[in-house]
Amino acid sequence: MNQLVENLNALMGGLFLLAAFGMVAMRQARGCLNLFITQSVLLAASAALLGVRYHSEHLYGVAIVNLISKPLIVPWLLRKTSLEEIYTRREVDQVLNIPTALLIALGLTILAYFLGRPLSNAVGSEFRGPNVSIGIAGLLLGAFTLTVRREAVPLLLGVLAMENGAFFAGIAISRNLPMLVELAIATDGLIIVFIMGVLTRAVQKHIGTTAVGELAALKEEAAEPASEEVLAK
Amino acid sequence: MTQRILFNLLQVLVVMIFAPLASGVSSRLKEIIQSKRGPSIFQPYRDLWKLFHKDEIVSEDSSWVFRFTPYMVFVAPIFVTLLIPVLTNYPLFFAFMGDMLGGGFVLSLGGFFATLAAVDTANPYGPVGASRTRMVGFLAEPVFMIVFFTVSFVAGSTIPYIVQQKWVTPLANFFLPSHVLLVLAFLMLILAEGGRIPVDNPTGHFELAMIDESKSLEYSGRGFALMKWGGQMKFFVLLCIFLNVLVTPWGLAGNQTLGAISLLPPVTGPDLRLIAVLLAIPLVLFKILCFLLVLVAIESSLSKLRLFRISEFLGAAFITSVAAMIAQVFL
Repeated sequence: MNQLVENLNALMGGLFLLAAFGMVAMRQARGCLNLFITQSVLLAASAALLGVRYHSEHLYGVAIVNLISKPLIVPWLLRKTSLEEIYTRREVDQVLNIPTALLIALGLTILAYFLGRPLSNAVGSEFRGPNVSIGIAGLLLGAFTLTVRREAVPLLLGVLAMENGAFFAGIAISRNLPMLVELAIATDGLIIVFIMGVLTRAVQKHIGTTAVGELAALKEEAAEPASEEVLAK
Repeated sequence: MTQRILFNLLQVLVVMIFAPLASGVSSRLKEIIQSKRGPSIFQPYRDLWKLFHKDEIVSEDSSWVFRFTPYMVFVAPIFVTLLIPVLTNYPLFFAFMGDMLGGGFVLSLGGFFATLAAVDTANPYGPVGASRTRMVGFLAEPVFMIVFFTVSFVAGSTIPYIVQQKWVTPLANFFLPSHVLLVLAFLMLILAEGGRIPVDNPTGHFELAMIDESKSLEYSGRGFALMKWGGQMKFFVLLCIFLNVLVTPWGLAGNQTLGAISLLPPVTGPDLRLIAVLLAIPLVLFKILCFLLVLVAIESSLSKLRLFRISEFLGAAFITSVAAMIAQVFL
């Protein structure tokens, strides 16, 4: 039974990793959002499975808070704050072409393995799962999404993916996360979404596009929002 | 001993007989989804029968490769059938000759000859299709390699009979992340290798868009029948590897029990083994039918990719297979 739960947890981890890869490579903003939702559901599932494995109610709480805040409220907030047009457009452009980006992402994952192993050894021998390494990989892949994307919404989702990755590692390290901390982090994420959503809308209104990658080029009217965007991160 | 040889030949017979049926069923299912009437599921048999009775025309400028290729394409899947579990979950007489990797090589040998033959006749469409097939092939190859390496890494062997046992003893192994991700990667490979829709359109007859089909454009009569039958068998064999080794390693005839009905007390004796093998045939066909339903659903809901997007599709397959390996290392 325990073996089954551990394997299922590892499976959630594997799919979580795949979703993180998908967010690096996915072309459409909507696809990116869907992958983020999937990833959050997988995170909640992993927390619930770890809760079953270690009989910890706190992890059930983590799962429920995650299930409500990320797959439901984040898309709703994004829909409210930024414009519909962003979701309907295809072909989000990227700094690197997709196969190159995926290969670099693969390298980052292998790096995460070497970072994660000593960490999970330090946690203690009673827990041996893939969560720490996969969480770090998720974190790095989220950061990588931030560097290769040039659209505001996928950039925002990259920030949230980093948070997901940190959480994925976190639920394995500490089994008794106080509810307060958990709620605080969840609201934090929502505030990030809210602020960046409003900012995206402002950028869109100001310069007529959300392809913030193009703002790097010098242009009289475009220079200002660009610096704002950088500051906000 | 004689029985094992007999079962092995029975396996070959099953593949030979039911491969056209699988292709007929899949095209029929697709037609039902598209609200067409479509030909009967036995149409591939009639096609083969008709082609075997027709004259064969061979270009004067072609070399021996062109004449030799249909036999090669026809025989390669039969050789692989001898190695893999089609009906039984214990190795049969010829299974010692190769593992999954060897089977993959034999299958790609058939593909290699088909490519050579397409270039051989100097028909302008042949080389186009051949070079495209090679493009898909060399992108699919690393995925195949990683899949096989991950399988051998997890199960400790590349012999399909051992791999198959690994996923179900204990049952928790079935949910290993590496297993599920491998299944996903292999599914994408089947789509690419079988010339299915996100990569290639098997029913398309527009020469410029063809990938797989254009290699047999120059063949007629018996040669064409052999190429066609060989292609159908190759797909059937791929499905057998996918379903019997990776996805659903149940329902095969066992050595000790009646296999499918493994709840019954262990029984031995040559007669019961024969019954078990015969019982496994409808079960395997049922599995293939279920998978064809999934496949048709995939094919009907996706559109064909542009040629240069295929590298992204197979890149995704590669990432999935590597993720399977990494997830196993992380455990």
